[in-house]
Amino acid sequence: MITLGETGTRFHTIYRRIVGRGFATATLIATLLGVVMLAVLMFDVFRDGAHEVDGEFLTSYPSRFPEKSGLRSALLGTAWMLGLTAAMAFPIGVGAAIYMEEYAPNNWLTRVIQINIANLAGVPSVVYGLLGLGVFVRAMELGRSVLAGSMTMSLLILPLIIVASREAIRAVPDSLREASLALGASRWQMVSRTVLPSAMPGILTGTILALSRAIGETAPLITIGALTYIAFDPQGPMDLFTVLPIQIFNWVSLPQKEFHSLAAGGIVVLLVVLLLSNSVAILIRNRFERRRY
Amino acid sequence: MSEMTEAPRRGGVEALGDLTSRGPARKRRAIFERAIQAVLFACAAISILTTFGIVATLLGETIQFLRQVSIVDFLTGTRWTPLFASKHFGVLPLVNGTIAVAFVAMVVALPVGILTAIFLSEYAPTRFRSVLKPILEVLAGIPTVVYGYFALLFITPILREIFPQTGIFNVASAGIVMGFMILPMMASISEDALRAVPSGLREGAYALGATKYQTVTRVVVPGALSGILAAVILSISRAIGETMIVAIAAGLQPKMGFNLLQSMETMTAYIVQVSLGDTPQDTIEFQTIFAVGTLLFLMTFVMNVVSDWLVRRFREAYE
Repeated sequence: MITLGETGTRFHTIYRRIVGRGFATATLIATLLGVVMLAVLMFDVFRDGAHEVDGEFLTSYPSRFPEKSGLRSALLGTAWMLGLTAAMAFPIGVGAAIYMEEYAPNNWLTRVIQINIANLAGVPSVVYGLLGLGVFVRAMELGRSVLAGSMTMSLLILPLIIVASREAIRAVPDSLREASLALGASRWQMVSRTVLPSAMPGILTGTILALSRAIGETAPLITIGALTYIAFDPQGPMDLFTVLPIQIFNWVSLPQKEFHSLAAGGIVVLLVVLLLSNSVAILIRNRFERRRY
Repeated sequence: MSEMTEAPRRGGVEALGDLTSRGPARKRRAIFERAIQAVLFACAAISILTTFGIVATLLGETIQFLRQVSIVDFLTGTRWTPLFASKHFGVLPLVNGTIAVAFVAMVVALPVGILTAIFLSEYAPTRFRSVLKPILEVLAGIPTVVYGYFALLFITPILREIFPQTGIFNVASAGIVMGFMILPMMASISEDALRAVPSGLREGAYALGATKYQTVTRVVVPGALSGILAAVILSISRAIGETMIVAIAAGLQPKMGFNLLQSMETMTAYIVQVSLGDTPQDTIEFQTIFAVGTLLFLMTFVMNVVSDWLVRRFREAYE
């Protein structure tokens, strides 16, 4: 009986150790699975598309002939869309964040706005497209213009900018506010000259990340009717437009292999653009990180 | 710090000027302050207007649509052919496709996400974790059109090697890739939940002689269950609302059934399909995308609210 108990215990100890090790390994493998998937995706896209990217690819209009096709109108459209979106979403988003952090009274309306912003962040992007189609394209009669697209995109990324800006503003210590007020500053003087300058790195980082999201969004712009084939340069905010991800989508949807290779080339360009913008965001963050109190 | 101190001082001196001056200057200042506050409030109010705009737009067109199609036919019909000559407006095939893709996505994201969260929260050394987390975050930042490309031109060919009957467009490849897209969110919310479990509970388990494995699976994970559930619901909501992956890789054929190797159309893919065509406005075809959009909005909204409630619950539980 005693030996049985002993071997049983020993067996049990070994068993427990194996299960523990096995489980730990499983969690490690699961984590690495995501990393491996990312690596495979990057490798696949660059293998398929890196050779497409050259000066001609970046400066030619799309065409029926794959060898002549390029990203010119898509790049210009993305630049227009991004510029207009930033011009609208940045001031509104920061303004809303300032209101929520520095002005809003603690009442039901403030709570409603707060819950509302959180909910808006979870609305599928294609629904924003339907909103843009109904309100900007039709009711306001802006048509399928880059302005209508940018307004739609602004609403889509506003919650992101507001949340990031609020966090940055909240991180500014109250002692700075008190010092400012003690020197006789009005509320807006305190906010604009003390709080905003020290919150700006965080606000800018959040804004750039939100704009990166806008660069990659496709569905809402397709829904408002951005075109897939544009062979001219957009000249103003009322022009028709296309953007990088829509051009990529268009090429992926065509059956010919040559166009798939173009799509991969477009993806390489898109990823490089995103990498650059995210690097800028991280750079800003790191540069100002030391100034924490 | 040197740049910092300058700004408040400048503000202070000018403000002091305002204080000492009397009458009109002070009044002007007060009016200006009021105006600023009104403008800032207007910025915040835009978020309310956005919600209002979404609801009004969706409902307006959906009511038009429901004047021509009974809501019972819409919600229970199993044929969806609004773009054909013989029109049927049963939305179930689109819901079916949406659920099928979300199911595959969760088969990937649920186990991988939870195990990743457990690894990051319980096993990973701090330095390892600080390298791994940003890499995983990159997965969430990749544009969905890129995932669509990857699903159609990388995953699908592999699936067709293994299962020759796989269609060019199929639910499985779109779902698998979508699972990796939502993985970072699933892992990150679950990890927050696991970390919120107080270390006292872990130490208690160890003191009772539990192994690390037993502590994790019988104390920490159950303790974080509501948070993990919130992550699952939010992930499903994200999967349901995802558009470009399915529009590219899952195809555009509204179908009932659960054959994951075949093409199906999701609600979001249908909206894209109609938007790409030249459907005239004020036709019933055009209104269908708003009716489908309303359903999509309601489904994701309910899930987001439930998930939010669960997250707040686990935060409260350990405070």
